[in-house]
Amino acid sequence: MSDLDAFRAEVRGWLEANCPAEMREPIREEGDVCWGGRNWVFKNDAQKAWLEACVSKGYTVPDWPKAYGGAGLTPEQTKIFKQEMKRIHARSPLDSFGIWMLGPALLQFGTEEQKVQYLNPIARGEIRWCQGYSEPGSGSDLVSLQTFGEDKGDHWVVNGSKIWTSYADQADWIFCLVRTDKANKYQGITFMLFDMASKGVTTKPILLISGNSPFCETFFDDVEVPKTQFIGEINRGWDVAKYLLGHEREMISGGGAGGDMVSIGGAFAKAFGKNAAGELDDPILRAEMAAFDVDVFAYRAMGERFMDMWKTGRAHPASSNMMKYVGTELNKRRHELVMSGGGSEALEWDSEETKGGARARGWLRTKANSIEGGTSEVMLNVIAKRILDLPGA
Amino acid sequence: MPLYHNDDQAMLKDSVAPFVAEQAPVSHLRQLRDSADATGFSRDLWSQFTEMGLPGMLVPEAHGGLGMGHMEAGIVLEEIGRNLTPSPFLSTSVGAVAALAKAGGTQAGRWLPAIASGEAIIALAIDEGAKHRPDRIATTATRAGNGFRLDGKKSFVLHGHVADMSIVAAKTDGGITLFAVPKDAKGVTVDPRRLVDSSLASHVTLNGVEVDADAVIGEVDAGGDILDALLAATRAGSAAELVGVGQGAMDMTVTYLKERKQFGKLIGEFQGLQHRAAHLYGEMEVARATVMKAQQLLDEGSEGARLMVSVAKAKAGRAANLAVREGVQMHGGIGMTDEYDIGLYMKRDRALAEYMGDVHYHIDQVARMNGY
Repeated sequence: MSDLDAFRAEVRGWLEANCPAEMREPIREEGDVCWGGRNWVFKNDAQKAWLEACVSKGYTVPDWPKAYGGAGLTPEQTKIFKQEMKRIHARSPLDSFGIWMLGPALLQFGTEEQKVQYLNPIARGEIRWCQGYSEPGSGSDLVSLQTFGEDKGDHWVVNGSKIWTSYADQADWIFCLVRTDKANKYQGITFMLFDMASKGVTTKPILLISGNSPFCETFFDDVEVPKTQFIGEINRGWDVAKYLLGHEREMISGGGAGGDMVSIGGAFAKAFGKNAAGELDDPILRAEMAAFDVDVFAYRAMGERFMDMWKTGRAHPASSNMMKYVGTELNKRRHELVMSGGGSEALEWDSEETKGGARARGWLRTKANSIEGGTSEVMLNVIAKRILDLPGA
Repeated sequence: MPLYHNDDQAMLKDSVAPFVAEQAPVSHLRQLRDSADATGFSRDLWSQFTEMGLPGMLVPEAHGGLGMGHMEAGIVLEEIGRNLTPSPFLSTSVGAVAALAKAGGTQAGRWLPAIASGEAIIALAIDEGAKHRPDRIATTATRAGNGFRLDGKKSFVLHGHVADMSIVAAKTDGGITLFAVPKDAKGVTVDPRRLVDSSLASHVTLNGVEVDADAVIGEVDAGGDILDALLAATRAGSAAELVGVGQGAMDMTVTYLKERKQFGKLIGEFQGLQHRAAHLYGEMEVARATVMKAQQLLDEGSEGARLMVSVAKAKAGRAANLAVREGVQMHGGIGMTDEYDIGLYMKRDRALAEYMGDVHYHIDQVARMNGY
């Protein structure tokens, strides 16, 4: 047995023994996703036990070094770990912007002290982070951001506002892009970290077309931030931000972008039945679903290839933009088909039978996929410029 | 296995790509076309392929081949596609080899070494009408004397007019049986037609063709699995070739966007074209990954291969078709001229997309394999 086979057997055995049955059920509602943090209330004992078991092995962040709370797995081992998780339909023990975004930035740009200080609580699910990037006047053109940190010697005084801050109202800390030099557009931004409990921070959830409020407006009114709480260099936060945006697209590319990557026609047939010929009754919808399924399976192969290449340094550095573009457009298409498949039933907004209009709300939510984290149009600009090397883009 | 070429495969690509580009670029196709070549490919080029061991890539080593996999064959096919090289590689070295190797027995022993040595060209006589419907084969094989009598009509038989042997799928009492029908067998009429991409495909009429019992490839009535192997290999192979066609068209088009000026600007500066080119890039990358996945599953003998092969043929068909359509459009007027190569890519794409099941056929297959 090769080392990897042995590792697979070990992981399989560990998952069998430690992943509670409830944690192998599909995610049904918001509370099923564990975000951790100071104020987290576990939905049940299983959710708590699963997080604790993973924390003890470093499996909330399997590929991070052990010193920072990870399991120190190699790319091959990480792939196997994920395959084994998927095999038993295990839920993610911990979802976290700390894991997905701040962590990679710290690993790349943080000092040793910062890594130890910030990464371990992230890995353990103790501190929940949010991301302060977009501003009301700075969306796709993020670098035009205006939130300003005035230098007061040993601290900054931050004033301004952020928008689309995911779960800002529930986060413990924020990583935030703040202008610290008004004369220098790109080299005048600092990547700051501060406690959301700081005086002068307020949040206001935004009601979206889905009827939900996962995003907030976040206001900073004379917020004091010690001048030790930044990553990279002062005024060079744009480097960190760019790295992180790339990483975010990578993460989205690693499986998130395409949404639920299973056959839509198969699921629809199970729910609504088939005609005597064993086919979906509506031939045109069947054809559209089948064409969509081709793209889903194709994108799944692309995701595998992308991750294999990305982790071994073979991928074009801008290829995550392509993954994000293709995947998010695919997921929007899926939800259009889900709505068509569901007919008038899928239109219900708050009935018990539809779990509170889950399909309709989910469909509307996906429209943000191709806006957040870089719009599809920006992705296409980046591909044109950085991959195809087209002029003047 | 990671989904990228390993070192050996990368080396193979590094030797095959410049070889095909130098020996058989698009001008090679033009030369054959303009000289009204009746063979459909260059035998000299096939000899060069043989010197490199390419015809027998998939032939097991025991039969004198290299015993490689579909991933390796795909590397060759992509270059054939990129250069629009007329070649019997797909039917002979991929489709026929897959069937013969799966079947084993007399015909495998007879033909596999001949394929590996470059001596035998094999045609695949599967289709019977204008569309690919391998589940509705009407050609019959009835027992007669020591062997069988074949009756029926086959179409879209690439290289059928020059093949040393044709693999004919026919209906027998208890199922499908594949036969090795040698060149010049009595009762076979071969009518080669020039196609839009300048290739030659034949209508083959089988009128009381008598073959010996040992002409059966594999076992009588048990040709279904062998046919499946042939189809899977040929579909994955044509998908790989389509990726080459699409990539070639896209590269040519992106280059053109950086050269052509209008309104005092390079047209590649216009966002309307940039976004379409970037979208095409994504589609081509996805198609490539899909084809590689299908090849990998075939090489592993995985059960999931059948689904992924249909996904690959459909996806590569869609992507390459987008590449050639955008290619002609973005080239503007000169894209419509015979002098410019982009139109040749459009023609090859159309023919390859139809071969062994078009996009619609394979989308339907994907629905069936997913239970709807």
